[in-house]
Amino acid sequence: MDVEILARIQFAFTVAFHYIYPPLSIGLGLVMVFMEGQYLRTKDKTYEVLAKFWTKIFALTFGIGVATGIVMEFEFGTNWATYSRFVGDIFGSALAAEGIFAFALESGFLGVLLFGWNRVSSKVHFISTVGVFLGSMFSAIWIVVANSWQQTPAGYHIVGEGIHARAEVTDFWAMVFNPSSVERILHVWIGAFLAGAFLIISVHAYYLLKGRHIDLSKKAIKIALGVALVASLAQLVTGHASAEVVAEYQPAKLAAMEGHFEENAPADLYLFGWVDKDSKEVKGLSIPGGTSFLTHQDFNEPIRGLDSFPQDEIPTQINAVFQFYHIMIAIGMALIALTLFGAFLWWKGTLFDHKWMLRILVVSVLLPQIANQVGWFTAEMGRQPWVVYGLLKTSNALSEVVTANQVLFSLILFFMIYALLFTLFIYLLNKKIKKGPDESPLIDQRPRQRDLSNAFTGV
Amino acid sequence: MMGTFLGIDYATWWFLIVGALFSGYAILDGFDLGAGAWHLFFKKEESRRIALNAIGPVWDGNEVWLVIGGGALFAGFPIVYANMFSAMYIPFMLFLAALIFRAVAIEFRSKEEMRWWKKLWDISYSMSSILLALLLGIVLGNILIGIPLDENKQFTGHWLSFLNPYALMVGVTTLAAFMMHGAIYLGLKTQGKLYLQVHQFLKRAIIFFIISFALVTVYTLIYIPHLTDKISENQWMFIIPVIAFLSIANIPRLVTKKKFLPAFLFSALTLAMLLVIVALELFPVIIYNSADPAHHITVHNASSSSKSLKIMLIMAAIGIPLIATYTYFVYKTFWGKVELDEHSY
Ligand code: HDD
Ligand code: HEM
Ligand code: HEM
Repeated sequence: MDVEILARIQFAFTVAFHYIYPPLSIGLGLVMVFMEGQYLRTKDKTYEVLAKFWTKIFALTFGIGVATGIVMEFEFGTNWATYSRFVGDIFGSALAAEGIFAFALESGFLGVLLFGWNRVSSKVHFISTVGVFLGSMFSAIWIVVANSWQQTPAGYHIVGEGIHARAEVTDFWAMVFNPSSVERILHVWIGAFLAGAFLIISVHAYYLLKGRHIDLSKKAIKIALGVALVASLAQLVTGHASAEVVAEYQPAKLAAMEGHFEENAPADLYLFGWVDKDSKEVKGLSIPGGTSFLTHQDFNEPIRGLDSFPQDEIPTQINAVFQFYHIMIAIGMALIALTLFGAFLWWKGTLFDHKWMLRILVVSVLLPQIANQVGWFTAEMGRQPWVVYGLLKTSNALSEVVTANQVLFSLILFFMIYALLFTLFIYLLNKKIKKGPDESPLIDQRPRQRDLSNAFTGV
Repeated sequence: MMGTFLGIDYATWWFLIVGALFSGYAILDGFDLGAGAWHLFFKKEESRRIALNAIGPVWDGNEVWLVIGGGALFAGFPIVYANMFSAMYIPFMLFLAALIFRAVAIEFRSKEEMRWWKKLWDISYSMSSILLALLLGIVLGNILIGIPLDENKQFTGHWLSFLNPYALMVGVTTLAAFMMHGAIYLGLKTQGKLYLQVHQFLKRAIIFFIISFALVTVYTLIYIPHLTDKISENQWMFIIPVIAFLSIANIPRLVTKKKFLPAFLFSALTLAMLLVIVALELFPVIIYNSADPAHHITVHNASSSSKSLKIMLIMAAIGIPLIATYTYFVYKTFWGKVELDEHSY
């Protein structure tokens, strides 16, 4: 295999693996802020017990997030040297800002968040949790700014030629607020809230099914479901906004997302389908003119199709882009339905009475995870063959001096390490969940339940 | 063209910042790596836990200096970042792998009680700490001695040429320096039996460091003129190696008196001074071209645009005081000897 394919596989693999964890850290962070805030407000110890329990799981996701994130940072230099030189002036400043404003904040307060329970007051601890959470939000801003600049470059000019060509900043704020930044940051943030909230919902629904930690779990589910309800509705809005940006600035990507080939015709909106690249047909269920309507509020407005682009400037994996995009939307809709229904049961007071509902909630944790992954795959594969849209092709972005064998070596190395990491992650997560929150601080309040609780919390 | 601030151009400022960040990294993660390198020498479970928890709340924050340094290098000198990292492909990949193993080992060790489990992560933790220190030194050694580049500043050497004797010597010296630094840190954070044991190790570490450092110095003086000519031409610069030597000499004295805090500050100063010497000797070169001295990678031909550097200087001016504030807060919270509680590793 050639260097390009290997380097692409390596990048996709390492970033996809990394992206399992940041959304969990961000989303758990948010809910932990609410939990500790509730504790400070109500002095109800249950919330502190909850916050302590989730801190332990947070430590796990955060730890792996950091370890795999550092790989990403250096991979640009090792595998994509030409790309790094090309975007250094721009991408570099976003990464530097991320380090200075975000990572330092996160990891600075992390120590207090994890180890400071007995050393600082609960107020200071709350501030540390907020610090870590804000740090992770900032880090999402800067990395998505950098990525958005690749998608919709702005505020730059090109100097030099050939392998010496570089993009230099001419207008910093235009670079930061490039046409897709804001929509995508919001979309990524909310995707992360969903990932974290659903993990919490899932674990506590499991406890309810098992009849453990009943009181605690009800409180936790209510907080997390509240977050998830707002987030899943908001995700439709920000997703739609992102699609409008794509329609305007990356028409070839939009055409691939909907499998729209004709040069100049109204585009349909598929609920699901299968794209045949050779016959240029999509088989599936569609609303005729639906995409035209969503982008132009007019069912008959023509949209540029894939045939109107030079054949070397459209994504090669059209069906994949189409499928990933549709999976994300289907999940988005499913989450809206699920959270609305959950809220309805909550309002009726029967949310915790139906076993089948709890079972659905237990498995629902996978949905936002999958949506986050396929979302990135849509955005990144849809951008191909460009690494910087319209300016630099992926095939020209590689390191000249690195050989296929070297990349293969590191790919295998990371594959093995990540397989191990993932196994450990699942094993320890499972173990922590089985062990459950330590309710002993609550027992003093309710002496008669002691025996019962011990039976529940015992390993 | 390149703007200036206080009479110094932005590219030079940025060289200083990147240098300061990597020095900060060496000083901070240096003691974590050093403590990790000693880990297997502690035999009791209790000692290992205390040693691990001595760095527990801070190692992640310390590692961030690397992340920021890497980002700053990417931002300030994209050509160095790109050409250097692709040239040193294998050492960097091993470095990343070892970073993961260290992080995971710290995180996972305490999660199970089985003996083999703890042992496995102890070995992983200690070996990866040692490997990280060695690799950092090896990369530094290659920067010092120079790497072969063509006229496009692309690496022309063999993928294994990073393993040259000089780089290996610098690698060992780095390990020795970190082991000394880490043992002093452990001295600060421990008490009782473990404290006495650390004290023993520390003596050996100091000897190990002084010998390996002396060897590197002699080799450099004899074989690598481009690393010594500036100081020998400018007499006043001699002050820096003198400070370095004095501060090295101070360490055993303070350690004997069990004054660990000042000893720690002096070993930090030593690390900083050694890196200052490197920076002084190289500047304005960042990567010395051993194949063709007419085409070094320098502060001026590898930097980002003046505008970008200026923006980032402003960011650094805002961000660094903030970082200093919460770093201070964290160290203050965990000041003093290690005490284990239910939240410890
Ligand atoms: C939506 C947000 C998001 C996205 C798209 C990415 N990351 Fe990430 N990253 C985070 C959100 C995040 C985080 C939440 O801030 C993490 C996860 C856990 C953590 O400690 O910080 C993190 C950790 C993390 C770290 C370690 C930081 C530390 O030491 O604290 C680095 C160097 C990177 N990331 C770099 C990258 C790069 C180069 C990416 C792109 C290719 C990337 N991340 C995608
Ligand atoms: C509800 C309907 C949704 C719509 C209409 C939608 C729309 C979009 C669009 C158009 C993009 C591509 C943006 C680009 O290429 O610049 C995208 C990307 C993405 N989506 Fe969605 N999305 C939806 C739901 C979700 C959900 C539920 C999640 C996760 C929980 C999610 C996570 C992501 C992620 C992580 C990306 C990649 C980052 C980005 O490009 O913004 N999406 N989405
Ligand atoms: C916010 C940070 C980023 C995220 C989360 C992200 C996410 C992804 C994902 C999910 C893929 C897999 C899609 C695929 O295989 O086609 C991918 C592929 C890729 N990304 Fe990104 N990306 C990010 C930034 C970057 C940057 C900065 C580069 C610059 C080098 C880059 C270059 C690539 C390349 C070359 C591929 C492989 C393309 C391919 O195989 O089709 N990405 N990325």
